[in-house]
Amino acid sequence: MRDVAIVAAGMTPFGELWHASLRDLCVEAAMEALKNAKTDQVDALFVGNMSGGQFVGQEHLGPLFADQLGMSGVAAMRVESACASGGTALRAAFAEIASGLSETALVVGVEKMTDATDVTEILATAADQENEVYHGITFPGLYALIARAHMQAYGTTEEDLSWVSVKNHKQGALNPKAQFRREVTVEEVMSSSMVSDPLRLLHCSPVSDGAAAVLLCPLKEAKKYTDRPVKILASGLATDSMALADRRELASLDAVERSARKAYKMAGMGPQNMQVAEVHDCFAIAEICCVEALGLVEKGKAGSAARTGYTALGGCIPVNTSGGLKSKGHPVGATGVAQAIEIFEQLREEAGERQVEGARIGLTQNMGGSGASSVVHIFQKV
Amino acid sequence: MPSPRYWREVPSRYRLEAARCLGCGKVAFPARRVCPHCRGERWENTALSQQGKIITATVVRVAPAEFTMEAPYAVAVVETPEGARLMAQVADCDPATVQPGMEVSLEFRLLRQEGHGGILCYGHKAVPAG
Amino acid sequence: MAGIVGYGAFVPRKRIKTEEIARQWGKNPEEIRKGLLLQEKSVPGLDEDTITISVAAGRSALKRAGIDPARVGALYIGSESHPYAVKPSGTIVAEALGIGPEVHVADFEFACKAGTEAMFVALGLVESGRVEYAMGIGADTSQGAPNDALEYSASAGGAAFLFGNKDLLVDVLETYSVTTDTPDFWRREGEFYPRHGGRFTGEPAYFKHVLMATRGLLKKANLKTADFRFAVFHMPNGKFPLAAGKELGFTQKQMETGWLVSTMGNTYSGSSPTGLAAILDVAEPNDRILLTSFGSGAGSDSFALRATDLLPQRRGRAPTVRSMLDGPRRYLTYGEYASFREKIILKD
Repeated sequence: MRDVAIVAAGMTPFGELWHASLRDLCVEAAMEALKNAKTDQVDALFVGNMSGGQFVGQEHLGPLFADQLGMSGVAAMRVESACASGGTALRAAFAEIASGLSETALVVGVEKMTDATDVTEILATAADQENEVYHGITFPGLYALIARAHMQAYGTTEEDLSWVSVKNHKQGALNPKAQFRREVTVEEVMSSSMVSDPLRLLHCSPVSDGAAAVLLCPLKEAKKYTDRPVKILASGLATDSMALADRRELASLDAVERSARKAYKMAGMGPQNMQVAEVHDCFAIAEICCVEALGLVEKGKAGSAARTGYTALGGCIPVNTSGGLKSKGHPVGATGVAQAIEIFEQLREEAGERQVEGARIGLTQNMGGSGASSVVHIFQKV
Repeated sequence: MPSPRYWREVPSRYRLEAARCLGCGKVAFPARRVCPHCRGERWENTALSQQGKIITATVVRVAPAEFTMEAPYAVAVVETPEGARLMAQVADCDPATVQPGMEVSLEFRLLRQEGHGGILCYGHKAVPAG
Repeated sequence: MAGIVGYGAFVPRKRIKTEEIARQWGKNPEEIRKGLLLQEKSVPGLDEDTITISVAAGRSALKRAGIDPARVGALYIGSESHPYAVKPSGTIVAEALGIGPEVHVADFEFACKAGTEAMFVALGLVESGRVEYAMGIGADTSQGAPNDALEYSASAGGAAFLFGNKDLLVDVLETYSVTTDTPDFWRREGEFYPRHGGRFTGEPAYFKHVLMATRGLLKKANLKTADFRFAVFHMPNGKFPLAAGKELGFTQKQMETGWLVSTMGNTYSGSSPTGLAAILDVAEPNDRILLTSFGSGAGSDSFALRATDLLPQRRGRAPTVRSMLDGPRRYLTYGEYASFREKIILKD
């Protein structure tokens, strides 16, 4: 296998982008990445997208976007793994370059959500339709069930959940691309409307439009495109039972743990080596469970990690310096790629006010459904 | 739900039909081809008891369109005496009182309808026991 | 001899009080409570209909009988609120109960007497030897138009009776039926609410048929009112059954156990069958029980029954009607009731 690097990135702002269509978003992020790499050619295009078919009635995104980018003829495909579609597309492109199948690969994660009328129901298609959704459960509901189990097992509180939102909004306020560039207080979070007990509105990531793109090539070719490439050290992808009822334990996310174990093994590293991490905080409880499953915080202890500043910018292991899904926004298919861009910028020391000083190793973790799939990538400054 | 899809699921929806793996003894609900625990492929048919215990629960306040008239409602993961777990709405009680450990009976209910003219879809609900 | 080998009932757990409906329409609740003897009524949830009520009652009947459901050769459901206009409720109820596919199924409609009609036919098939076991169910989730007198009574519930030839809980001593063409109450195809003839529903309809059927039964069975420990009549409101019973010579004591209407409301096809289930919950061996239904249109079925030694041993296998009427329940506001009963126009 060849070493692989990210050499360029491009990203739209995340938010309610009323003027932009699905294809507009893709083209904006992809063209920015290509321009930054000063190239207009790639061998392969990987699209991370959860549900163009349901959100805007458009499938077959590989050729559509290749065409829109003026690249008709190029190898192009869409990768889907619900909210982990972006991270999984990145992994597919990583494998494409590492294997020698292509010399350059462009990964675009994109989702246009605000054109849809029933976003809740579309997102719910990532859960088990026959055994969960049939009974009227929603995504906030599924994570609320996990939250209740975590509270019962470890004494995690509503206030612990709220501090995750406070931390991520504070960090997102520093991110020019974030959907919500404002801080929130614990009181605001805890008095926001209840969505699915114990999760309140401000414990939930928003509905967003956005796209994010990265360009990959073999590490030894990277200097053709940039003087500061970032190496992809490892990629781990794993799954768990689809339905929550079939999980080994409700307060743990086994797919996350498995994907991390694979990535750490491949990188020859452990959680103690990570200096900055972007994790999948679609709901506040998800960040708590994920940092535990990633080994960044001891199992059962992550409830207090945001409050004490352990996972905040300036803390032992800064998590979601971008603002996370909560504050930056969560255009589902784009999220995994946007996470990689945050780490790319951190390791290139381009993160401005959000910069983690001296960061050389970073991690991203992108999750699908209620934790049925998870993909972890580890990156290193070259 | 298109009627053929609904119709295929009738045994598990109406009668809680499940399968016990002859390899490891675990019960899968609904029945499936390969055991998620031991990968066994030999099964015996069984039906879940119409009762169970709540493992975890929430109250859905922002509901999908089909269920907006019923919100807020409790949804729980319920474990039956056979060790199978399933998701169910917990009805006929104050949703805020639904807690882990609560004993429930599993009753037959109308769950969804395909608009005014479409088929009616039935299934199970949990109701506090006693 | 054929008889009842299992029975079960179901009453939804939601209620609305007479005061709450009266308040909505500016009526005096005291007049309704005194005039119709109605305190409150059951209300079905959005997840309940004639089919779910039938399944709940049918499961209890099978538990009390303790037989393999596959041996049930006929299933009849009487209701005026079958959820489908075309597709029998019985198809779904049979599947849910584990009955069939070797089973004869039909839905019946005869206003409020469709339940006893189903029982009558089920009994006949068992008696004839054509099937080993047959189930007859009466269940309804009937609607009364807003601000109509019926709104205080139209409620939801039902009861299931399984008939067989051995291990009887109840002997059927005699039956009797009457039918005439009497347009006292009706609902045309496609209409949401029924219409009725006001006071015409009384003397020429309810009383004429209930009295005719009951007297016919007593004569045919050669029994007197005093031979019965319990009697139950169709309960469109609180007053009618008590007045009919009194005219026939029954005492308050004979009628009080089955007279559920003041807190259950009128469960239409489920009305007198649920009253019978409540009687079977307490009857002692050899107690005689009289049941007379009434269905608008109009007709009555009358049954003379006798409890066996087995009844007290089996009834503990399923919940009693009293436990459902007096058990956990939630009182609705008129607004909640209107939304549960789909009286509010919604976006589709």
